[in-house]
Amino acid sequence: MSHSLLEIKDLIVSVEDKIILNGINLTIGSGELHVLMGPNGTGKSTLVSAIMGDPRFQIESGQILLDGKDITEMKADERAKAGVFLSFQVPEEIPGVTLEDFLRTAKGSLEKRPPKILQFKKELKEQMKALDMDPSYAERYLNVGFSGGEKKKTEILQLLMLQPKLALLDETDSGLDVDAVRTVTKGIRAFKNRKNGLFIITHNARILEGLDVDVVHVLEGGKIAYTGGRELISKITQEGFGVLGKEALIHERL
Amino acid sequence: MKDFKQEKTRVDQADRTIYDVKDRLDPAFLTDSGITAEIVNQISKEKNEPEWMRLFRLKSLNTYKEIPLPSWGPSLDELNMDQIVTYVRPKSTMKAKWSDVPDDIKQTFERLGIPKAEQKSLAGVGAQYDSEVVYHNVRAEVASKGVVYTDIESALTGPYSEMIRKHFMKLVPPSDHKFAALHGAVWSGGSFVYVPAGVTVDIPLQSYFRLNAPGAGQFEHTLIIVEEGAYLHFIEGCSAPRYYVANLHAGCVELYVGKNARLRYSTIENWSKNMYNLNTKRASVEEGGTVEWISGSFGSHISYLYPMSILKGKKARMEFTGITFAGEGQNLDTGAKVLHAAPDTTSHISTKSISRDGGNSTFRSLVTVTENAKGSKSAVSCESLMLDSISRSDTIPVMDISCNQADIGHEAKIGRISESAIFYLMSRGLSEDDARALIVGGFAEPIAKELPLEYAVEMNNLIHLEMKGSIG
Repeated sequence: MSHSLLEIKDLIVSVEDKIILNGINLTIGSGELHVLMGPNGTGKSTLVSAIMGDPRFQIESGQILLDGKDITEMKADERAKAGVFLSFQVPEEIPGVTLEDFLRTAKGSLEKRPPKILQFKKELKEQMKALDMDPSYAERYLNVGFSGGEKKKTEILQLLMLQPKLALLDETDSGLDVDAVRTVTKGIRAFKNRKNGLFIITHNARILEGLDVDVVHVLEGGKIAYTGGRELISKITQEGFGVLGKEALIHERL
Repeated sequence: MKDFKQEKTRVDQADRTIYDVKDRLDPAFLTDSGITAEIVNQISKEKNEPEWMRLFRLKSLNTYKEIPLPSWGPSLDELNMDQIVTYVRPKSTMKAKWSDVPDDIKQTFERLGIPKAEQKSLAGVGAQYDSEVVYHNVRAEVASKGVVYTDIESALTGPYSEMIRKHFMKLVPPSDHKFAALHGAVWSGGSFVYVPAGVTVDIPLQSYFRLNAPGAGQFEHTLIIVEEGAYLHFIEGCSAPRYYVANLHAGCVELYVGKNARLRYSTIENWSKNMYNLNTKRASVEEGGTVEWISGSFGSHISYLYPMSILKGKKARMEFTGITFAGEGQNLDTGAKVLHAAPDTTSHISTKSISRDGGNSTFRSLVTVTENAKGSKSAVSCESLMLDSISRSDTIPVMDISCNQADIGHEAKIGRISESAIFYLMSRGLSEDDARALIVGGFAEPIAKELPLEYAVEMNNLIHLEMKGSIG
């Protein structure tokens, strides 16, 4: 059995006094890729945001453990240092800060010392090339005037440059054309290894092509309603969430 | 009888009011008269000035006494005129001691990595010998091109005396406002730069090397003349805070930009936080000439600062890029003015302001287009960033357009740092402070980019320091 990278225990999360997540239990082992699906508005983004430490979401009770270490009370930057990364559904625009400067600052914060400049530049160039990104984007202000696709690629670029232990991807494929999705998938593949973990929110299977999906979770009514294998994805994408009968597919995996 | 009595009472009341007013005015009157003709004569004598300058000072002194304090901006009630009277007296015994320099400033110096000897001089304490050497070297280099770069006092008695007489406080007359008049009476120190026609000065000239002489920098006068087709970049001040005993800075800057000439004037002002910064800056631009202002206002308790450009000749241009950072206890009223007085002139004003910890930042602009300035263009944009809910930011754009063939635009944006942007940066490992500083630094970047590298770096450091609340 693989070592558990992320462990969520009885997590209850509210926003403005309204309970959104009502008792989430989930474990992601190192080297694993989990997918989170579910109808709109069921709290998928809330879950990954809460794991990242978004202050808008109040953790009422429960625990989040990373590598066995309790991160429930940590601020977002401490979680990032512990190894959590979130690819945002809507990445923020930061005027006046170039992508390269930002990445160097972030890397310096995470590694507690500034990266070696030449090595960093070389790596950045290579990763951008692998993601079919125009090298001039390094000099552009972070996400300012980027298209939806460019923003998402930039998120994956950050993922590759920062090398977290656990990557949470919140609909990184939404709004992307076929080629861009393929590039993003390529990036995810390049990131994935036996030590790290991925937790991917998606509505369709395209982003998962060529990736080994270990577990699929379906979130409904603030809880993980179903947990299954890869076969769940095609079922849902073809027939919708309604197809999931209570008896058919549940197998608790703890 | 009854009627008469009532009337008498009324008269009594009126009389008392008159006495009350007189009582209240008395101390102020004494303070004003504290700067006497005798002191002004003494200043003039110490400097061995020409007679016309002595008379100019005396005339300014009279104007100063006649003009009331401005009442339209931040309050000047706490301005300590007594201290100023003492300070302007020649051979004043009132000198700053290093031990009196506030701790926050000392800490800033240390954080900026400025060595101790230099720290002292930046605080206005003692002379800075290293800088003097650099200054002399720079002077020798530019002199070979016929450029004059010297202190204004020695220029006054040298071969450029007539030129100075022709230009001194002609753009900013002492009658302009109370502190222009005060400046005219007690000015001391400053720079004189003359760039002959067609000469391009490759290296920026920096008053930083000049301002550290004792007493200089408080009522300093800067006079720059750039002749036809010439180019100069002049940098005033320094981003490290400057501390003075007296809490008033009333400098004056006059820039004459000749036909097709270009002058870039960069300033970072970072006064100690007891300072009233009431500086007046003005440029006149001839046909086809360009003046570019880069202005950073940090520090000071209260600032009134609105560099003005008079576009006199056809196709004259001005660009103003400014940033103001107001923290706790600061009320910084800054902006720019432009007068389009000839056809096809253009102005571009772009400012950013940041306020935090209850700081108050006001942007004022005045764009005037005269009747004959056909085909002129003006674009004003100001962006304000408030870092918390107790800070304040105001925008007061004024336009006076007398010409219907002009293209005038104004854009204002006031905002706060978004919490989601902070979360985004924190999710990448930046602490909350660093995230805020990065966002603020990014906001200031369009200005920083206009500055020479070492100033941009210092400004960035300064923003980080301000953001960490380690000074002031």
